[in-house]
Amino acid sequence: MIKQSVFIAITIFSFGILVYSLLRVYSFLKLTKDYKTGPLGKRISITFMVAFFQTKILRRPIIGLLHALVFWGFVVILFGSLEIIIDGFTGLEKSLSSLGFVYHVISISGDVFSWVIFIAVGIFFIRRMFLNIKRFDGIEMKRRSHSDANFALSLILVLMVTLIWMNILSSAMNLEQGRTLYPINALFGQFFSSLDHSILMDAYQINWWTHICVIFLFMNILPYSKHFHVFMSIPNVFFSRTEPYGKLPNMDSITKEVKLMMDPNLAFATPTEPVAEIERFGVKDVEDVTWKNYMDSLACTQCGRCTAACPANITGKMLSPRKIMLNLRARMKEKAPRILKEGKSYTDDKSLLRDYISTEEIWACTTCNACVQECPVNINHIEMIVFMRRFLVMEESAAPTGLNVMFSNIENNGAPWPFSPEDRLLWANDLTTN
Amino acid sequence: MKIEIPIMANITATGQQPEYLFWVGCAGAFDDRYRKVSRAFTKILHNLNVSYAVLGKEETCSGDPARRAGNEMLYQMQALTNINTFTKYNVKKILTICPHCYNIFKNDYPDLGGHYEVINYTQFLQTFIESGALKITSDRFADKSITFHDPCYLGRANGEYAAPRKVLEAIPSTKVEMKRNKSFALCCGAGGGQMFKEAEKGNKEIFIERTEDALETGANIIATSCPFCMVMLTDGLKYKNKEEEIFNYDIAELIVMAMEW
Repeated sequence: MIKQSVFIAITIFSFGILVYSLLRVYSFLKLTKDYKTGPLGKRISITFMVAFFQTKILRRPIIGLLHALVFWGFVVILFGSLEIIIDGFTGLEKSLSSLGFVYHVISISGDVFSWVIFIAVGIFFIRRMFLNIKRFDGIEMKRRSHSDANFALSLILVLMVTLIWMNILSSAMNLEQGRTLYPINALFGQFFSSLDHSILMDAYQINWWTHICVIFLFMNILPYSKHFHVFMSIPNVFFSRTEPYGKLPNMDSITKEVKLMMDPNLAFATPTEPVAEIERFGVKDVEDVTWKNYMDSLACTQCGRCTAACPANITGKMLSPRKIMLNLRARMKEKAPRILKEGKSYTDDKSLLRDYISTEEIWACTTCNACVQECPVNINHIEMIVFMRRFLVMEESAAPTGLNVMFSNIENNGAPWPFSPEDRLLWANDLTTN
Repeated sequence: MKIEIPIMANITATGQQPEYLFWVGCAGAFDDRYRKVSRAFTKILHNLNVSYAVLGKEETCSGDPARRAGNEMLYQMQALTNINTFTKYNVKKILTICPHCYNIFKNDYPDLGGHYEVINYTQFLQTFIESGALKITSDRFADKSITFHDPCYLGRANGEYAAPRKVLEAIPSTKVEMKRNKSFALCCGAGGGQMFKEAEKGNKEIFIERTEDALETGANIIATSCPFCMVMLTDGLKYKNKEEEIFNYDIAELIVMAMEW
């Protein structure tokens, strides 16, 4: 009874904090702009491919497969965690065993995956600590980013060690059952089966409590860690765009203005709708981004595949697509609580663009979509970059000289170079079929 | 036989309706090197008896460089002007060489009410090759090896990796892939408005990095299918002092050279 009450109290407390953290993130999300989602069916199939079948992370086959195994393992082990919580609440043991065959399949896979994840995370650890993986470094990667990663890996290791011991000890107490539910760990369990039952039970309880408490700890660290991707990746993939990467979202507010300019008759017609609040063109600070842009920043795991593929970054320029996501998340964390407290007009004389992300970074992008292509959780870095360019060009006329020349050429003679439209057919002079 | 370029205004004035609008693009009309590509592709169109017309003096920038550089206002002015022209001539199918124009017509114009069947010339050539209408007759490239550089706006932006390769496949020659190819391809460095500005400070130019990828394959010919990529990789070859031994051709040029027209 005491165990049950303590467990219920801890569970409610942990989930209470988690709900608080998630509501806080949600209140930040609500400060952002609208984003149009694509057709549901298409998004479901993208989610299956990118999230469940891990197609994008598998673009790097070896390390990608390790991640995929960890992901699939987590999905299976999640059922085990659910059972632990039900057991804890009800005081039962193996409460889901009534599921019969399904239960057997889940238990056996969970048993196998406990070792698979243990080994994979061990390899991740070694890679991070001892191998010099270039994409784990960069100007945006601070010491905290690395300790964040190592801490999360340690917690996962503790989770797997305790899970493995739970299965070993459970098998030791009941070898016959252990062999059917935990085929791998039962192999170790048989060595302990001669030990006194009460010792085995105590050891089991210690692992059980450690396991579930680390889960509660982990889930409450996630919203404040780069490992928030555990929660946010699947939703982020689910909400990702369904159109080709080459498409950019249209600015409808500008379409209205341009149509007015092009058709003078419209300008004198009585406006049919009330004049909307004048909105800022492009992105200067966090309140200008869409909720999907912000969600991207929350789903970012800082794996650096984007930056490693970026042609500007490869050739030593300032641009790092990962940094844009990190900056967006950090700036939101800094500014959003103040906006929520002091209202929309709050300003701290800082902004995402310039104070966090320099114009040099923004102008170095070739919009080649290599970052977008590599991102395992479908983050759209290019959109953020173009949004910030829109602010620089249309609000501040602050484009680099070459681009301004290109703009005025297009305005004056309909081509990015200073050639007359009259000469548009010169290329075809004296052309023959042979 | 001399080619008279069919101009949309003249053709439609006689009551005819060409099947395709051939969008030449600014580089195709003005860039000295790229004009040769427009000429090559036009030769193909005529030899295949394709019903098409160009806009000529009525053509104006698609708005792509303005849009990717953040000038949404200018982009939309260009786009709405073009959409008006397309509507005037009842354009249904647009044929482009430039992948940037292809992308913006296909993906961005629909938001402004412009819906067209947009076909990239590599896809167009692929259909003619597969139907047997376009058959390469010479083996002048038989002892050459060709490497293809994927343009970002055909490749990653629109997922078209097969068409240019299918076209090159039809030319008897050795094909070699760069280590970074298809969706892994490295940009030439000119997209997103970079063509028109100085590069930001770094330790290398992107076009040199990409030219090195191409040189590493040992190919004699770098095939491109984008005006910006052509400028970049041709410059890269000059920078590496390889312009005498290794050549950069557009896919349309390779087809014309391989035909015995």
